[in-house]
Amino acid sequence: MKGYYSRKLHSLLGVIPLGGFLISHMISNYKAFEGGKEGFMGAVHFLNSMPLVFFLELFLIWLPLLYHGVYGLYIAYQANNNVGNFNYERNIRFMIQRITGVITFVFVIWHMYDTRFQIMIGKITHDELGAVMHGIVSNPVLFALYVVGVLSATFHFANGLWAFLVSWGITVGPRAQRISTYICMGLFVVMSVMFILAMTGFRDAEFQAANAVIDIAKTVLS
Amino acid sequence: MAQTATASKSVKFIITRQDSPESKSYTEEFEVPYRPGMNVISALMEIQRNPKNAQGQTTAPVCWDSNCLEEVCGACSMVINGKPRQACAALIDKLEQPIRIQPMKTFPVVRDLIIDRSRMFTALKRVKAWIPIDGTYDLGPGPRMAESKRQWAYELSKCMTCGVCLEACPNVNEKTDFIGPAAISQVRLFNAHPTGEMNKEERLEALMQDGGIEGCGNSQNCVRACPKGIPLTTSIAEMNKETTKHMFKRWLSV
Repeated sequence: MKGYYSRKLHSLLGVIPLGGFLISHMISNYKAFEGGKEGFMGAVHFLNSMPLVFFLELFLIWLPLLYHGVYGLYIAYQANNNVGNFNYERNIRFMIQRITGVITFVFVIWHMYDTRFQIMIGKITHDELGAVMHGIVSNPVLFALYVVGVLSATFHFANGLWAFLVSWGITVGPRAQRISTYICMGLFVVMSVMFILAMTGFRDAEFQAANAVIDIAKTVLS
Repeated sequence: MAQTATASKSVKFIITRQDSPESKSYTEEFEVPYRPGMNVISALMEIQRNPKNAQGQTTAPVCWDSNCLEEVCGACSMVINGKPRQACAALIDKLEQPIRIQPMKTFPVVRDLIIDRSRMFTALKRVKAWIPIDGTYDLGPGPRMAESKRQWAYELSKCMTCGVCLEACPNVNEKTDFIGPAAISQVRLFNAHPTGEMNKEERLEALMQDGGIEGCGNSQNCVRACPKGIPLTTSIAEMNKETTKHMFKRWLSV
């Protein structure tokens, strides 16, 4: 595919559907903080009750994620970062965008292995997801790694949204680009706080399930 | 008397040199007597007059490229203390010493500080950065340009193809074929011209080829580095808008 279209598609998929998915993921996880186990289970059941849920996942999450991730690694490889000589805010964000992209890529693989993949191979059910998450975030080291992963993902999305607005010619002038920086960085802060609150929500003892599930969580983690 | 007072002061240089396009680069130190108001070019001229390095050994004079000496031709671009810029406008009084001078290695080095900027002119040809007015008969006067438009278009016309924006860009390198910010901004200039506008689709399509506008990653170093203060990132965003519109127009019209 010609470079222009492949890059344009990469930019589009990052926002629609992947950005949309990240926001919906954040909202359903935030239910764990707001409504406890009951709230989170309600969100899980709601998502799984959607029609054609397999195809929604395939076309709105997995395939866009694969394309955006693999092509994104290639874009990150292509840059010769030069923040040493050009120590400017936009150039630093350009570099962080590539670093957080790679971190997010690794984090998403790890996180999907722990959760969605275990459901796929039948080791756990959707109802046990809360317990799996409880097992992960109760471990201080894994909690810290999850914070890094989540901050990377939210920054990459918020800053990517800023770049999307430039790349599609929506914010053209310097003032528009400056104001969209404030909005996007505000979005980064709000999303980060909500995700981290959700993770603290999962630490609550009510997510602790029967021993069997914890054992599964442990084998998954080891 | 003034000469004896200033002769004691000297300016230190660390210059990255290269004897031929294929050979390895090395650094050589120079000490040049200070004169008030001197710039990097006049210091290089001094080395040319008295080609001795800081150790006092006679060496080959440093080669460089320059023409106008008033920051309008774009020939004397080099990396001075880490920043790509015009050597003729780099005043010694405003530079931290020792002054480190390197060629802009984004381009092929010919010798010492001389680089080959051909790729920029190739890029201008690729995007058709001109206005076709030749015909077999007199085509008559073209449409007039609005003064409000002329004012911002004039800023874009200041581009001297110096290559500083390409050197500053993290995405212009050997791993990509990105044409760089300068040529993209020239598309905006020629598409703004009332006669040039008649061929605007050709230029937009050139930007949508491999190595075109998709190579921009919004680091926005170009606009900070441009010695002429050209709003390069505004030009790029504007061309992003125009190519996006062109893409949808093309899809929906077949």
